[in-house]
Amino acid sequence: MLLVPYTMEVALRRFAAIAARPNALRPCATTATALTPSRRQYWTPSRPPPNYPGHIPLNTLEKAALAIGSGLISLANPRRADLIAAFAEATATPYFIYRLRDAMLASPTGRRILRDRPRITSTSLNLPHLRSLPARTVGRTYVAWLDREGVSPDTRSTVRYIDDPECAYVMQRYRECHDFYHALTGLPVVREGEVALKAFEFANTLLPMTGLSVFAAATLKPGERRRFRETYLPWALRNGLRASEVINVYWEEELERDVEDLRRELGVEPPPDMRAERKAEREARKRAREGI
Amino acid sequence: MASRPAALRRALQFSLRHSRPSTFSSSSSIRSFSSTTPSLAPPNPTPDYAIPDPSRPTHFGYETVTESEKRERVAGVFTSVAESYDRMNDLMSFGWHRIWKDHFVASLNPGFTPLTPDPDPRAPQHILDIAGGTGDIAFRMLHTAHTLNSNPSVRVTISDINPAMLTVGKQRSTALPASQQAALTFLEANAEDLTRTKPLSSTSPTTSSIPDASVDLYTVAFGIRNFSNIPAALREAHRVLKPGGVFACLEFSKADKWTPLFTAAYREWSFRAIPLIGQLVAGDRESYQYLVESIERFPSQREFRDMIVDAGFAVGGQGWEDLTGGVAAVHKGMKPRE
Repeated sequence: MLLVPYTMEVALRRFAAIAARPNALRPCATTATALTPSRRQYWTPSRPPPNYPGHIPLNTLEKAALAIGSGLISLANPRRADLIAAFAEATATPYFIYRLRDAMLASPTGRRILRDRPRITSTSLNLPHLRSLPARTVGRTYVAWLDREGVSPDTRSTVRYIDDPECAYVMQRYRECHDFYHALTGLPVVREGEVALKAFEFANTLLPMTGLSVFAAATLKPGERRRFRETYLPWALRNGLRASEVINVYWEEELERDVEDLRRELGVEPPPDMRAERKAEREARKRAREGI
Repeated sequence: MASRPAALRRALQFSLRHSRPSTFSSSSSIRSFSSTTPSLAPPNPTPDYAIPDPSRPTHFGYETVTESEKRERVAGVFTSVAESYDRMNDLMSFGWHRIWKDHFVASLNPGFTPLTPDPDPRAPQHILDIAGGTGDIAFRMLHTAHTLNSNPSVRVTISDINPAMLTVGKQRSTALPASQQAALTFLEANAEDLTRTKPLSSTSPTTSSIPDASVDLYTVAFGIRNFSNIPAALREAHRVLKPGGVFACLEFSKADKWTPLFTAAYREWSFRAIPLIGQLVAGDRESYQYLVESIERFPSQREFRDMIVDAGFAVGGQGWEDLTGGVAAVHKGMKPRE
């Protein structure tokens, strides 16, 4: 990463330059209120024009501030999904999102996804149809997981802070496929499951947000932390590194395929059933409490 | 013999020069030095731009929208920010908004009326705080009047167009002493038309009107830039104020009184850091982007002073006071006595 030494001198020179030069001014429409001059111009910060609808181009300082702020706040409050998303976007450049895009370009399926740019939304998937599929299909496993966890394929927030439009789509695709990774691995939506899945995603996609989210393991309960350290973290690293890029799976085409077949092709073995392990531990603790 | 308008002007100039500029107390009976009672010139007919028109174009931040659309979008912004409004104010101004509000209320000194014929300087006052949803100004007014000036006959009406902001204010008011809570009323109203107000969370469609000449002090703090039609609000203020009553406005303004470096730093902070803080703390970048754009769109100190004078108020001196190099400004005007 190119680190500009942001010394006081540089800051002062920049501010003096901003104050001195004619700012990027916008002409306003004449309003009908009395006594306001008609050709008034209003100051806007000097930002490059947006590259796609919804794009907000931030400068390095703003991105760094967004990264630090969203990282800390989402660590303290993981329910702020919008900040986790912003954290992913702010930390994806300079290198990591380009690497992921290049991994997509290197695969024929990835190239097709980049060309078609499919979007996964709650309307684009036909859930009743998926429920009617045979039990061992990807689609059925996905819907069964949604029903078991009590979640829906809700719309994820749109990418805003990544400058290159193609890389913005790559990030959007990653975000929308996250639930499919849950279904593929069988991990639940509890904090323990999310952290384990993030570890897997980091080993596979190398996005910094996923790696940094593993620090959320510090907020887990002691039993969960032990399970993570002994079982799920080694599983995540082993499988994430061994598996081929999950970003290249064209999920819309794989819905009727056998899920074990897909897992074997990708090189992913499902981890021990986390919900079963959690339940067993809860019951062991209850028995111990009642036994004494 | 001097003409009547000239005598009126002289009387007003005299009274405004000699009254202390920071205590526009409403009940002061200012003696005019001309023996004839000057009569006001016939009131100007309300100009077109001061009549609210739902389809007239105005601005919402840097966008151009109609007046009715602006009202809806401002409602959306403030319903969204109501919960985190106070925390965001602290973060955006580093807590300095408290200093501004303290100074604003202290300079108005509600509840203290030394120029009344009565030796006790504690006449009753009715204060109307417009766009005062969360109650910052109203609570300070009550504290100054009831506690500092020991004047329990001051009552404050908080009016806001947005019920979410009023609800936050009502909830905060439960921490006040009971006597102050009793002196407080919450009203849902559009400042451009105070003839149709209703109490907070009233379910009946009937509205009541704030009568002409019923308010001693009309304040609006950090609200007027969100109005769809500012001249209409100024004329409504003129209507509801008693003659001799004071209009006081605390609002963001042009921060160009210190160095250009400060102005540039302020602009960069406003447009880059504030939407970012809004996103981090409140999860809403767009509302805070609107807020900083609306600050930039608001008229300069001089222009706003001229709008106040145009609405029929008399101002003293230059008509405004800059705070923090112009980041905020206090504008005051008095409704002339007949």
